[in-house]
Amino acid sequence: METGLFLLFASIAVVCGVNVVVQRHPINSAISLIGVMGSLAALYLLLGAEFMAATQIVVYAGAIMVLFLFVIMLLNAGEEPKGGRSWPARVLGIPLLIIFLGVMSFLIQRMVPETDQVVFGAFLKGDPKSIGTLLFSKYLLPFEVTSVLILVAILGAVVLARKEID
Amino acid sequence: MNFFLLSALKAAVVAAALLTTLAYLQWIERKVIAHIQLRMGPYRVGPHGLLQPVADVIKLLTKEDLLPSHANRFLFLLAPFLAVALALTSIAVIPFGPQVDTLAGETYMQLTDINIGILFLLAISSLGVYAVAFAGWASNNKYALLGSLRAAAQMISYELPLALALAAPLLMAGSLSLRDIAMTQSGHAGNWMIFQMPAPQIVGFLIFLISAFAETNRIPFDLPEAENELVAGFHTEYSSLKFASFFMAEYANMITIAAITTTVFLGSWHPVFPVEWGSNFVPSIIFAMAGALALYHGLNFYRKRDRMTLPVFAVAFFGLALLFAIPAVQTYLLPLFWFLAKTGALLFLFIWVRGTMPRFRYDQLMQFAWKFLFPLSVVNLLATAFLVAVFGE
Amino acid sequence: MDGVPLSWFLILSAILFTLGVAGFLFRRNLITMFMSIELMLNGVNLSFIAFAYKLDQVDGQLFAFFVMVVAAAEAAVGLAIILTVFKNRSTRAVDEVTSMKYCPRPVNPQRIAEWSLRGCNG
Repeated sequence: METGLFLLFASIAVVCGVNVVVQRHPINSAISLIGVMGSLAALYLLLGAEFMAATQIVVYAGAIMVLFLFVIMLLNAGEEPKGGRSWPARVLGIPLLIIFLGVMSFLIQRMVPETDQVVFGAFLKGDPKSIGTLLFSKYLLPFEVTSVLILVAILGAVVLARKEID
Repeated sequence: MNFFLLSALKAAVVAAALLTTLAYLQWIERKVIAHIQLRMGPYRVGPHGLLQPVADVIKLLTKEDLLPSHANRFLFLLAPFLAVALALTSIAVIPFGPQVDTLAGETYMQLTDINIGILFLLAISSLGVYAVAFAGWASNNKYALLGSLRAAAQMISYELPLALALAAPLLMAGSLSLRDIAMTQSGHAGNWMIFQMPAPQIVGFLIFLISAFAETNRIPFDLPEAENELVAGFHTEYSSLKFASFFMAEYANMITIAAITTTVFLGSWHPVFPVEWGSNFVPSIIFAMAGALALYHGLNFYRKRDRMTLPVFAVAFFGLALLFAIPAVQTYLLPLFWFLAKTGALLFLFIWVRGTMPRFRYDQLMQFAWKFLFPLSVVNLLATAFLVAVFGE
Repeated sequence: MDGVPLSWFLILSAILFTLGVAGFLFRRNLITMFMSIELMLNGVNLSFIAFAYKLDQVDGQLFAFFVMVVAAAEAAVGLAIILTVFKNRSTRAVDEVTSMKYCPRPVNPQRIAEWSLRGCNG
């Protein structure tokens, strides 16, 4: 059953990922990216990370992508014109990326043996209690630093995007 | 196999109940608002207008289904589906009662209990923004786009106080699962989260309720979809079944948020006073009183129209009173009664506020969220955390 | 086989990362480039959580959590920058944001034509 679920959500993720890159209009890319994030949330559930799956939907698909969608709708970003790229990019770009992917897959298959299986329900530490305990004990400093980071981001976004008051 | 069958049966029952309640919630709303405004409401279509929802459904289904020119077809069709699907999904984690013995085995009166129940509900409400945004964008209509962007901005602004007000009872319950939260409120009304020591959640309840009004786009926060602003907002270009879907989604959202409020703040299915003090007789007494009232008004000489219908209702109410007195059925029906009574009271509050209050202007709405509700909910969370840390178990 | 091999999750993560890189390098629209960055970050998150499963520690999930937080902050500031660029230049193609490009004027007059084609002017 896990294999079927994994293949279903992985194929949705890959198809939506290709769609993000290929579509002309940014709004179709945004919707495909939401699809990627949703299917990744389902894969996190398979890996026993239920808190991360819910957080992925709430933060990524529910807030960050809404931000993207707002910007696309407000800017009325139209379709991208077919542009010129330099000839190295056109000729070597995609083959290089495929070679990169091939090397990564080979290394992964080498390092992670085939016997490491993911069974749904085998990883029980993904519940909010264990994440919270670790977050506030071992990773307390990164937690506080990210709160400062978010404050900086809020200030930056507000200053950049406001209207000039004359 | 038994588990799947039982789950499918529970899902079918809950879905059917929710859809029927949706339709008749609309009738109740029209009647209550009418009586607040000193008029009668739907009266002719059936006895006291009870068949009005059926007439509305037939009307909406037989209207012409339009697709505006140059509209984004995929998003135009996706938006109402998304709205209804999300609205009906969140009812899956809400507990209606304790564990009961059915013919197919022991089961909880809840479709599924996930240990991140509250996060699941927040995730579903975050995704609800997309239905509104896509509806406005796909309509290729500037009024619809502006209305939908305003509605989306309103929904994401009020999600923050909603989530923070929900976080405070979690500190006292110690778990994110809705079943555990409901279990910690057993006993008497003093154990409900809204009254529970060490940190009674009265402020949190009010913040949650106000954010719930804003999340479901109800008055006083319904500027994005009001008829005299922006030409009906984001569903301007929708007709027939898609329009009906948006309304279904709005009422389903209302019912779901009232159910969540009941579960988290008002003690879910637990009775107001414990069973030892006789709370098992409360439903029977209430229904018997309703039946007596209906009978009294039905036998009134001057109400010629109601001579048939009100005595029939009286008989129905007496039948329900007798039903609630049977001990064998009480294990299922009593928790359900208390849950529905509390949810119904909250829904009546939603409808009452709609009939009574004016609506906020958009900038007043956003200022209220960011400058008042959000800091207040943070202070509420901090105060609860302090009290739980110092006085808690 | 009673489960999914873990290497499949990591290969999926590599595929998503590669797609993100492809989108970032080959698209000219600023917003699509941003979305490719988010795609890359999502691929990396999947990798972190897969390794958390393998090593039986929750720390991997916490790393993914921090990546999510940083991505949120970055998306907010980046989109504000995109809005500002659009307001000031009315363009969304990244090729045309060239006012600060380092362009030493070529000595050879024959190369001035291709110099101005690259977006350098004055």
